[in-house]
Amino acid sequence: MKRILVYALMALLGFTACDASNNDGPSPSLNTSFKFTHNWDDEDVSNVDFNTFQFTNENGDVLSIERLRYVISDIVFTGTSGEQLRFNIYNLIDVTNSEGLVYDLPFFIPPGNYANMAFTFGFDNEDNAQNYLDLNAASFNVPESLGGGYHYMQFDGKYLDVNDEAKPFNYHAIRAVDNTGTDLVFPQDTFFTVNLGPISISADAVIEVKANLAEWFRNPNTWNLNELNTVLMPNPEAQIKMYENGQTVFSLGQIVQ
Amino acid sequence: MVFSCSGEDAVYEPVPLSLDIPAIFSNTIIAPVIPSDNPLTVQGVDLGKRLFFDPILSGDGTQSCASCHAPEKAFADNLSLSIGSDGLSGTRNAMPLFNLAWNYNERFNWDGSALSLERQALEPVENPIELHSNWTEVVQRLQNHPDYPELFRLAFNSDAVTKELTTMAIAQFERTLISANSKFDRFTLGEANLTAQELNGLDIFLREDKGDCFHCHGNPYNPLWTDNEFHNNGLDATITDLGLGAITGDPNDNGKFRTPSLRNLAFTAPYMHDGRFATLDEVIDFYSEGLQNSPTIDPLMKNIDQGGVQLSESDKADLKAFLLTLTDNSFINNFNFQN
Repeated sequence: MKRILVYALMALLGFTACDASNNDGPSPSLNTSFKFTHNWDDEDVSNVDFNTFQFTNENGDVLSIERLRYVISDIVFTGTSGEQLRFNIYNLIDVTNSEGLVYDLPFFIPPGNYANMAFTFGFDNEDNAQNYLDLNAASFNVPESLGGGYHYMQFDGKYLDVNDEAKPFNYHAIRAVDNTGTDLVFPQDTFFTVNLGPISISADAVIEVKANLAEWFRNPNTWNLNELNTVLMPNPEAQIKMYENGQTVFSLGQIVQ
Repeated sequence: MVFSCSGEDAVYEPVPLSLDIPAIFSNTIIAPVIPSDNPLTVQGVDLGKRLFFDPILSGDGTQSCASCHAPEKAFADNLSLSIGSDGLSGTRNAMPLFNLAWNYNERFNWDGSALSLERQALEPVENPIELHSNWTEVVQRLQNHPDYPELFRLAFNSDAVTKELTTMAIAQFERTLISANSKFDRFTLGEANLTAQELNGLDIFLREDKGDCFHCHGNPYNPLWTDNEFHNNGLDATITDLGLGAITGDPNDNGKFRTPSLRNLAFTAPYMHDGRFATLDEVIDFYSEGLQNSPTIDPLMKNIDQGGVQLSESDKADLKAFLLTLTDNSFINNFNFQN
């Protein structure tokens, strides 16, 4: 499902006009798609790898993945002069059911060299307050008592504890909130911008976004699943650690054009 | 009826029917699934309703779909395991029927064995522990009936009765079975108030450190009160009924069953795919203290060593009070859904 706002189109048109002013004629417009791939330290991960204890995190916890879905939003291309194309969209990537792994940008973009391409992991607070019928239907909501809005990610599985017994983990990323008082307190934002770096687009392009799932458990916080496993949504300290670890999860992969 | 004229020939077309989608749905979730090759029509739904309640579908003429899917039970029955026309017990509890058009992945039955409503309606007719008939005979009976050939013609513009058209009509009727007028729905729309106990029950339902029901059973923004997905919710340590696993052949799916909606629980006892729990209290006790570990238990099931989420007796009572706010009396009394 795609959310398309008028200002994104206006930004596009404005950018195109600016870009075209340096040429003899209007720039051609190109189709751009994003392909989301997943790995565990360079070993490819898809849903066929789920449900088996085949991953070991930085802490040495052996784990399986049973469910993984997350939202990205607000794709931004920044030109070499700092001008920006902002696309106010979102996409639910559901690795479990192999849905949303390829996202076709519902706008044409002009060819050129871009100093940076970025997206938001999760939703910024304004977007998180919107009503998304498809995400509601997918039961991706966060209860109002935890600030409402939506999960940024649901990453569920099992780990082997010190007795080698399988125990569940629910690594659910949301907007960090302290709900222990009479009023909700949001200690810091926990959505984040993923900067993929410079990119040159000369033709219709498929841009790979790689996610190294091991990073969620590693950098800078070594994640001990024996200590942090379930009931993490109402744990703002855990949410901030997820935010910190998420910074190095995503990177730019191959660009096919 | 619509007659579009071309020259002197009037071409009959059944009258298209649009679902009257409740605001509580249109405000929150995406549109229902209506197959393009089986759009709703007035005549199709009428035919489907008649077929649903007609024992002509059973081998000995004693049972209809409604025998196990009774309107007053929110289209379920009150048996642990449904009993077929030969008096034989099945292996599954009859699922209630409502809001089926919002099952987006279109996997029906407890085990997900039917990949559309139309296909779902095929199997019970020939199942020896259900209607125990065969489609050749059913089609023949319908074709020779004084009313049905004309009803099929009106519904599908077809002179021939087929099993495909029969199930299409039943599916059309089933898609009209909408339940969206519970006390909680009216609360959401600002038309009713919940008691303090019911509100606390909602809080327990939504708290990850309490009931944590919402991850599978929806929330006020998902008024289906099901994710329509398949989970092993920890009923058994040793899995004998493979559920989804028997359908997909994937052992990782063993013991997984479709999440039932929490609407209309007041009418749909007993509970679970095998009807093992006679009361809602037993269900809540199970999630609180009765979970059984197994290799495919869903990781959303917590505190398995302690048997579950460990609710206090007060919390259990409040949770039950909230769940009963999802009762829709107008649904079971809807004249359009009665025989």
